[in-house]
Amino acid sequence: MSEQEYVPKSKAGKWFNDRLPLLSLASHLTDYPTPKNLNYWWTFGGILTFCLLTQIITGIVLAMHYVAHADLAFASVEHIMRDVNYGWLIRYIHSNGASMFFLAVYIHIFRSLFYGSYKSPREIIWIIGLMIYLLMMAAAFMGYVLPWGQMSFWGATVITNLFSAIPLVGDSITTWLWGAYSVDNPTLTRFFSLHYLIPFLILGLVVLHIWALHVPGNNNPVGIDIKKPSKDTVPFHPYITIKDAFALLLFMIIFAGFVFFAPNVLGHADNYIQANPMVTPAHIVPEWYLLPFYAILRSVPDKLGGVILMFGAIFILFVLPWLDTSKVRSAVFRPIYRQFFWILIVDVLVLGYVGAMPAEGIYLVLARVGTVYYFLHFLVILPVVGYLEKTEPVPLSISEPVLSGSADYSIAKKDNEKI
Amino acid sequence: MDKPEKKTTTRRDFLFTTSYTVGAVGLGAVIWPLIDQMNPDKAQQALATTEVDISQIEPGKSITVLWRGKPVFLKRRTQEEILEARSVSLNDLPDPEKDEERVKSGKDEWLVMLGVCTHLGCVPLSNKGDYKGWFCPCHGSHYDLSGRIRKGPAPKNMEIPKYEFVDANTIKIG
Repeated sequence: MSEQEYVPKSKAGKWFNDRLPLLSLASHLTDYPTPKNLNYWWTFGGILTFCLLTQIITGIVLAMHYVAHADLAFASVEHIMRDVNYGWLIRYIHSNGASMFFLAVYIHIFRSLFYGSYKSPREIIWIIGLMIYLLMMAAAFMGYVLPWGQMSFWGATVITNLFSAIPLVGDSITTWLWGAYSVDNPTLTRFFSLHYLIPFLILGLVVLHIWALHVPGNNNPVGIDIKKPSKDTVPFHPYITIKDAFALLLFMIIFAGFVFFAPNVLGHADNYIQANPMVTPAHIVPEWYLLPFYAILRSVPDKLGGVILMFGAIFILFVLPWLDTSKVRSAVFRPIYRQFFWILIVDVLVLGYVGAMPAEGIYLVLARVGTVYYFLHFLVILPVVGYLEKTEPVPLSISEPVLSGSADYSIAKKDNEKI
Repeated sequence: MDKPEKKTTTRRDFLFTTSYTVGAVGLGAVIWPLIDQMNPDKAQQALATTEVDISQIEPGKSITVLWRGKPVFLKRRTQEEILEARSVSLNDLPDPEKDEERVKSGKDEWLVMLGVCTHLGCVPLSNKGDYKGWFCPCHGSHYDLSGRIRKGPAPKNMEIPKYEFVDANTIKIG
């Protein structure tokens, strides 16, 4: 089963594998023992890989037609939409692909939060995942600037100005980021360069993410350590590959629904107006996947404070494995944490909603309450609940709950015979 | 390996230290051009001044010109507006600054400032907001008739660029 034992059948395969053990790696990946109770929330790793590859392939194609220049960029995007063969399709896949990528990554992250996949011994997987998430946000932001519409320009202005909140060197850093005295052509060209680079950095981190995953193996819905390989595991191929493929198919149906029937519903109409440094649109909003953080930024009536809290909302996740004091991984056996988990989901959705609304009146109040609760969840509720909560009994193996809900020996034996 | 117990500086220690030092200096010398290339280039710096004809601006009106890629508001204020801007107590200002310090003496009607919100860089709308000056639609900062921040998340008054009156009808910004 393991790569040490693997010997290629053919003579040529053996010759090659002795020099570069790629076949051993392939054998490890196919035989990789996976918990047999993984549910559909575990299919998003594969879906995310698909999203990354989709963005890279469509992006490379778009770069063949796009012109990174402040005077030409906007027109070149319209050129892609109208003149380039299937340009509209490729661009809509790329722009909606970003949204689908974030949809999948949020489900993936909340899966991890629910089942405690970030806990020991999987902290490094979690941290690499967060680094990927940060790079995704950088790539998405820079990509959104490239069409050089009004939202591109003013989004870039607002986000780069966040750095001007840094005491003393803030203005120098902002000018350095711009390469000019405002968001201008030098800003656009460097964003294009970095937007092309980042997906490949992500790809490298994905390899590390999977590598780190294959050391302890997958977490699972009951969150217990399992013996590998054992009757609690199945080989990755074909059991998980087919399940991943089916989930991917459903995901692609939703993806295609956006691309073909509502390609602009997640975008903003103002981005079909060319960038104008003299006029700010009346209502600036970032893309939906950044709205909760935008709400946190705006909830603080102080510039530096808002910026610190917004970045803090992301960086607090890096220490999450050490903030959660519970020894039990899965929320299935944590009756109190389970409720706070759902409250956190509601909180993030509320923050996202008010992030899209004007920062005044009831929206501002909601944003402040939501922001306070967000930090309360991670800094107070998680550590305290971990100590006080009386967790439910955790099964000794996956087979126990799957087979009968109790350790019924006769049923367990029958199952063994079938295998 | 097993002989000297006492700590002495060997010829090898010296070579290590000097190699690391020279290596670090070399690395820095290579990295700095890669960082500095992102700062504004000479073409950007060359756009540093703009001359504006102000002869057509009526009292109470303002125009907006582009300077270094940023809008600059030139507002010719009426006497009432100047009086109102000067009647404010400095204690009411988050970033206390007298109106007199924000204009050229003898040219008190001319307010020349960067039309850039000091919060996150949006362009405020004129004649809007709670203080009759400017209002930033992005995150709700209110500025008064002197371009000073009064309410909202912006930390500072709108910036006064370096400018001078070349003659009675011309302002040179930059």
